[in-house]
Amino acid sequence: MDITRLKQQSATEWRIEAHGNMRVPGIIYASEELIKGMDEKVYQQVAQVAALPGIVKASYAMPDAHWGYGFPIGGVAAFDPELGGVVSGGGVGFDISCGVRTLHTRLTAEQVLARQEALADTLSASIPAGLGSTGALRLRHREMDAMLKGGARWAVEQGYGQPADLERIEERGCMVGADPEQVSEQAKQRQRDEMGTLGSGNHYLEVQKVVEVYAPEIAEALGIHLEDIKVSIHCGSRGLGHQIGTDYLKRMVVEASRYGINLPDRELACAPLTSDLGRRYLGAMRAGINCALANRQILTHLARQAFARIFPEAHLELLYDVSHNTCKQETHLVDSQPRTLYVHRKGATRAFGPGYPDLPKALHDVGQPVLIGGTMGTASYILVGIAQSMELAFGSACHGAGRAMSRRQATRQWHGREIQEELTRRGICIRSPSPRGVAEEAPGAYKDVSAVVEATETAGLARRVARLEPLICIKG
Amino acid sequence: MSILARWEHFEHAADIGVRGIGASKAEAFAQAALALSALITDPALIEPRQEVDISCTESNEELLLVDWLNALIFEIATRKMLFGAFEVQLDGPHLRARVLGEPIQIDKHQPAVEIKGATYTELKVCRDASGTWVAQCVVDV
Repeated sequence: MDITRLKQQSATEWRIEAHGNMRVPGIIYASEELIKGMDEKVYQQVAQVAALPGIVKASYAMPDAHWGYGFPIGGVAAFDPELGGVVSGGGVGFDISCGVRTLHTRLTAEQVLARQEALADTLSASIPAGLGSTGALRLRHREMDAMLKGGARWAVEQGYGQPADLERIEERGCMVGADPEQVSEQAKQRQRDEMGTLGSGNHYLEVQKVVEVYAPEIAEALGIHLEDIKVSIHCGSRGLGHQIGTDYLKRMVVEASRYGINLPDRELACAPLTSDLGRRYLGAMRAGINCALANRQILTHLARQAFARIFPEAHLELLYDVSHNTCKQETHLVDSQPRTLYVHRKGATRAFGPGYPDLPKALHDVGQPVLIGGTMGTASYILVGIAQSMELAFGSACHGAGRAMSRRQATRQWHGREIQEELTRRGICIRSPSPRGVAEEAPGAYKDVSAVVEATETAGLARRVARLEPLICIKG
Repeated sequence: MSILARWEHFEHAADIGVRGIGASKAEAFAQAALALSALITDPALIEPRQEVDISCTESNEELLLVDWLNALIFEIATRKMLFGAFEVQLDGPHLRARVLGEPIQIDKHQPAVEIKGATYTELKVCRDASGTWVAQCVVDV
């Protein structure tokens, strides 16, 4: 990105002054180096989002921002329904509520390394991954609707996991306001046999080792210690979420002119929050969030069963579960006044600071954990929201490394088997049905996750707690 | 000079674009579908063992391309099949297609990605001065 078009506010805050039809400024949080590596399209997309009706304060981009659909990936924007604010299908994305959850294991690195291959094989056999894989569960009409209304709470009621898990999930595991009637039959059909599946692309299940602790007190409060073994699951709302995205993006494109919305890019398709279409999308999108929460809950159950076969003493308690692609109704202070806003986070993580009412009791004084997935060969990070993050970007932080290279470039540069062999040499077991899929997700195809996380901390969006490195990666 | 029907992939930061090129709009649509299959596996590996009919209606030709690719993505997802041959007929806003393929076999096809949806990014259906039709968009994978 051409840095001369931005006004530098601090080492990690860059401003696009409101110009043209922008209603608010654009603010990009990133180091100079990360900004220089960003696509020009990020500038354009941040500016276009700033022109949408009812946007409040600013159109934000996180340090891992890259070219997305209408909204940049790593984009955050809040809209006020009383000011004609909108909800955007592109602002949530195709993989509704894609997210990460991390589990403790009470195992040490030494224990896991002794049985690493066996654990990788067992997990790989237990977790359906990749195109064409199906889960053991088949949901018929009534059960599908119950799942879409209940989310992870429904999954726990069906015997997948424990009630204690729900405390550690955003929305206590169940997004209110979900309306299964607004979800098309095609979307439900796509999901019929996909519950408890990982998907493909950048989705994974990893067994990770804690290699560095930055904030010992917070780490202690979260139950994180050096050499601990954690499990992280990255996936979303599967075919159902993809189809909701497809269905509503089309409706919003076709109906935009009816609401007097001029779209410079079709992907910005949106509808007023108070319109019939806006309300229908919110009902469907919330059902998609519940689908993702239920899916990660079922995968957690499968992971617990797999661990129990190798390590009967393992105890996989949920540390936290975060969602990346959402639009949520939240109360935020704007000019010292509390306002009800609809916050879009497209490839961004909620990062509420300590004391926020939505946090469970155990995390009240700590802040919301922010779980950042890296790549197969690098590292993942655990951060927490801080008070300052509430003022900066409606309590939001980055979500991952962000791609530095397209999938096509990656497959030209690497072969899946070479990547797998290289990672094996470094002590990381990869299990995947597709060597090409592994090449497309090569660690070198991503930005430096550490630089993204450092910029996130410097900007005051969240605070680093710990760094984790993979020992086993199950990829779709 | 005759126009050679073909497909290409093009760059997008996080995802990838599919482009179909042909002597007619229908041929370009069919090639775009082949480009979609080529994201998942080598199309030469897909045997035409089963047939599925697809139809969509949309008066805007660009939106029709997205509808067509999304209809295919739906069939891939729900039938757990891959398709390697496409016979597309266009009649005004109506698209009718016969698509041929076979159930996904992990060992044989080694599917690289699961496609989430066709998008409106870089979406174009046009005919150049030489009469060549191009149909393209970015897909979310």
